[in-house]
Amino acid sequence: MSGQLDKQERTMPKVDYVKVAKSPQFKKLMQDRKRFILPLTIFFFVFYFMLPILTSYTTFLNTPVFGDISWVWIFAFSQFVMTWVLCTIYVKKASSFDEQADQIIADQIEKGGKAS
Amino acid sequence: MKMDMTVVILFLLIVILTLVITYFAAKRTQTTGDFYTAGGGLTGWQNGLAIAGDYLSAASFLGIAGAIALNGFDGFFYSIGFLIAYLVVLFLVAEPLRNLGKYTLADMINARFDAKKVRGAAALSTITIVLFYMIAQLVGAGALIQLLFGIDYWIAVLIVGVMMTIYVLFGGMIATSWVQITKAVLLMAGMVIISFLVLLKYNFNISTMFTEVKTVTSHGADFLKPGLKYTEPLGTISLMIALVLGTAGLPHILMRFFTVKDARTARSSVITATWTIGIFYILTLFLGFGAAAFVGHSDILAANPGGNMAAPLLAKAIGGDILFAFISAVAFATILAVVAGLVLSGASAFAHDLYGQIMKKGKATDRQQMLAARYAALAVSIFSIILALFAQTLNVAFLVSLAFCIAASANLPIILYTVYWKKFNTAGAITAMLSGLLSALILVSISPSVFSPVEGAALFVGDPLFPLANPALVSVPLGFLGGYIGTILSKEQDPVRYAEVKVKANTGYRES
Repeated sequence: MSGQLDKQERTMPKVDYVKVAKSPQFKKLMQDRKRFILPLTIFFFVFYFMLPILTSYTTFLNTPVFGDISWVWIFAFSQFVMTWVLCTIYVKKASSFDEQADQIIADQIEKGGKAS
Repeated sequence: MKMDMTVVILFLLIVILTLVITYFAAKRTQTTGDFYTAGGGLTGWQNGLAIAGDYLSAASFLGIAGAIALNGFDGFFYSIGFLIAYLVVLFLVAEPLRNLGKYTLADMINARFDAKKVRGAAALSTITIVLFYMIAQLVGAGALIQLLFGIDYWIAVLIVGVMMTIYVLFGGMIATSWVQITKAVLLMAGMVIISFLVLLKYNFNISTMFTEVKTVTSHGADFLKPGLKYTEPLGTISLMIALVLGTAGLPHILMRFFTVKDARTARSSVITATWTIGIFYILTLFLGFGAAAFVGHSDILAANPGGNMAAPLLAKAIGGDILFAFISAVAFATILAVVAGLVLSGASAFAHDLYGQIMKKGKATDRQQMLAARYAALAVSIFSIILALFAQTLNVAFLVSLAFCIAASANLPIILYTVYWKKFNTAGAITAMLSGLLSALILVSISPSVFSPVEGAALFVGDPLFPLANPALVSVPLGFLGGYIGTILSKEQDPVRYAEVKVKANTGYRES
């Protein structure tokens, strides 16, 4: 399939992005992001899908905890708590990514990274 | 149910309030950017509330309350899936989307490809999702308003249809956003009031509520256990996949991220939205339990077999006619805010992607684009109203989860590949989009949602060829697989362009 034929006209970028992408600063940002986001994403997907998997294939979540409130409800409520906790953690962590990103724009793009 | 004066007055107040909003919004809508994205000028909390207003449809408000009232724990599955979806949005989608796109999903994907075919495919999937979601909303709205106000179905659809057209046509995204913000505030107020009154009946003891709700329904103790409605493990898991992955691909939700100035504001709007939506879905539990206890199964089913009247009837049972009127008005505002957002995202796919970028090659003047956007909004509205009028007697409730399924199968793979996969190319983009879209559509068309041996339970009578009501379990992997195969079969690669996309997506840098 030819992706070339129907390409729209586009002005050449003013910045040498390959150079920016290869800079240690940018590589560090990508690595930091990946190290933070990947494990948490895997965690929340596993946590989430455990609920329908456990309710579908097992019955032990029906064991009561407090009065008539059983584990399945505790697990369901903990999904809400997990969402809010992860949101808060993300915001905290993301501000350090913001600083790194600003630094990359200042150091790599505005100063050094311009294509000549 | 007869028309009640309080209901009529509150209903008119909402109509007047939203028209005033539209009047002021129209004066501020000068450019195409204002029309599609409110000029990118919303603050984080404004956009967060607007996301909540865009997202919490009548299906969430009335549908989930009814589902919990009738099916106990199984109704609550929806609440969980719809909320956790925002972690996908926050962690993987919102910030790169804001950094790369301008008005539409196709803009974001074309930040990497500049190919008309890819833009066309993205616009096609947007339009498909909008259309299905819209028909479900309008048919539901017609039936609901008919019940609440005692007017004919076709008049109800026309009222909602005309209102949404006015908001979008004159006030664009500014009017739509403020209608959504107003609705979010009203809806949350309504939810809190009802939940408070329900809890008051149990002296704010949640444990007592659980104990007593066991005795009030015909299900007995099973009401509190999973498995009343979803008995097939794979069906349940498939539904949960569509719920959690679909939101991050819904065009009207994605579009909301272009209404803020940068990725950081996009992030803070997801946070506001997630708190609001999370509290909302927790409260659906009190509405559901309350309705089961104080309205009762037989009365809920008698008013509407789908359980959609559970929340308004509960309001009447515990708060009298005034609260009933208020909740009915909130339901009306809820519908208006959601359909307005849908019209706008449908119009952007037609006018910006198909007309402005593909036909006019991005060279249309601002005036032409604005005109095209308004014509498209009008066309989308009229077309959906006509479809909704014909679909009155059809069982279209499955269209909401189908829209989520298409969004998860066709849009999410291409979004993730565009941002995170170096080798991804135009061929892969098209195969990802089409394999996700077609597999979702084809599998649903032969599923129990469309064919049922029981007359009236689905669109047609017959045996389904595919066992899952929601095909996400199969169609989402097919979307990802299609994109993978398309990419490796084509030799084309553009590492220079990917470097640009990667830098822009992660730093928010824009060339001025």
